[in-house]
Amino acid sequence: MTDFLASIGRFIRETIAGTGYATRTFLTMLRSSTGLLKRPRLITDQVHFIGNHSLLIICVSGLFVGFVLGLQGYYTLSRYGSEQALGVLVALSLIRELGPVVTALLFAGRAGTSLTAEIGLMKTGEQLAAMEMMAVNPFERVLAPRFWAGFISMPVLAALFSAVGVIGGYIVGVQLIGVDEGAFWSQMQAGVDVWDDIVNGVVKSFVFGIAVTFTALFQGYEAQPTPEGVARATTRTVVISSLLVLWLDFLMTALMFN
Amino acid sequence: MTVTNLVEIRDLRFSYGDRPILSGLRMDFPLGKVVAVMGGSGSGKTTILRLIGGQLKPSSGTVQMNGQAVHDLDTPGLYQLRRKMGMLFQNGALFTDLTVFENVAFPLREHTDLPEELLHDLVLMKLNAVGLRNAAHLKPSEISGGMARRVALARAIALDPQLMMYDEPFTGLDPISLGVTANLIRRLNDALGSTSIIVSHDVSESFSIADYVYFLSEGKIVAEGTPSEMMVSQDPYVKQFVHAEADGPVPFHYPGRSLAADLGLEERQ
Repeated sequence: MTDFLASIGRFIRETIAGTGYATRTFLTMLRSSTGLLKRPRLITDQVHFIGNHSLLIICVSGLFVGFVLGLQGYYTLSRYGSEQALGVLVALSLIRELGPVVTALLFAGRAGTSLTAEIGLMKTGEQLAAMEMMAVNPFERVLAPRFWAGFISMPVLAALFSAVGVIGGYIVGVQLIGVDEGAFWSQMQAGVDVWDDIVNGVVKSFVFGIAVTFTALFQGYEAQPTPEGVARATTRTVVISSLLVLWLDFLMTALMFN
Repeated sequence: MTVTNLVEIRDLRFSYGDRPILSGLRMDFPLGKVVAVMGGSGSGKTTILRLIGGQLKPSSGTVQMNGQAVHDLDTPGLYQLRRKMGMLFQNGALFTDLTVFENVAFPLREHTDLPEELLHDLVLMKLNAVGLRNAAHLKPSEISGGMARRVALARAIALDPQLMMYDEPFTGLDPISLGVTANLIRRLNDALGSTSIIVSHDVSESFSIADYVYFLSEGKIVAEGTPSEMMVSQDPYVKQFVHAEADGPVPFHYPGRSLAADLGLEERQ
């Protein structure tokens, strides 16, 4: 019984210490970002690397999610004679939830793992230590540009995911099933609010961008400098950032949409 | 004639948790000299470099460079001091996503505002000094380990440091690269007028270029002197190390139970 209580106490203590350490690292990274104002190229290079290389998987996934939403939406709505509302259903599902959430989950798997492995291997190969010995701050030169690139890329990728998803819903709903095209677009236009839906979706994407990118960078930076350590850190990135995204989504949905 | 020390270590103690690594070291690294720190694996050699570079803080004692206590500096102060240092890591630690040229240009781009033409010429001169000017366009994955070490050396001297630190520069090199690297270290030290610290367990190469040698065992200095003094030293540890004897103060067998005990022979007797 004493061991059990001790293990709970240890777990709580380690969780608090770990959260504190991660917060301190996050603040250090933010403080190190000021130098990037003079060198925006460092961020744009990473936006290309992180964002551009994630484009294909995001667009293809968005298209298929749109297809499925078109099919499932039509099946459900037709039971109530509301097929005309397919456009608004597809758009709201994507803009409010699926766009930001699925993009963040795909981003964690595609870009997050790549970031963790890259930073972890830089640590293993003493590249970060070499940088420090050259009086170059790895937080400023390596971590911060990648963080801001993830922060910028995520909403853009989520917007693309939603846009391609709407096209997918349109192809299935209008072109294949035969829902009225005018009703599809006009209901969507009338039913989607810029502030309540689009802005809230974008805010979610920014938050997910922070959570996923920082998790990936932190895990890479703290990885044990061995092949096994990097492998474990990469796995942790996917698990932690996925859970964080789902938990934050619930929290923000509750706050944004009451 | 008084010798000015670039780096001075006094009463240095360092431990990882409860495990002592260095105890009570006193070392001097004079200006313009090549000093070798030698000892077996795990004797604390690399830790000394990390303490001089400010990557670790001593448990007690002082590490001074140019009269400044390295461990007392704040981060900007430490980064300022590190601009006067160059370090060659054991595996080179080249940036794998950059070409050889960009690796050498990295510290120059980070710390200077040189025009691109001048930077280009400077990088080629550094690469020429290590014999790799024509490999400038290659990626680190396209060159051998010995060449990578030389590129790392060119990068380390890019800012003409006052202090050069070499962590096991001879490990894993073929005989030709070994001689080339050793010569480069000596020539660059003399050309730059800098101080070099070589952490190594390669006796012949280190002795061929070092002005002074410290022998380290279990975190303590067990012998010191010029290479020629060390060659004729009667100190059991130095003798074993210099003449590569299998057994001596450094035991061949990992400490623990005897073979007889493990085979159960002691109980039978």
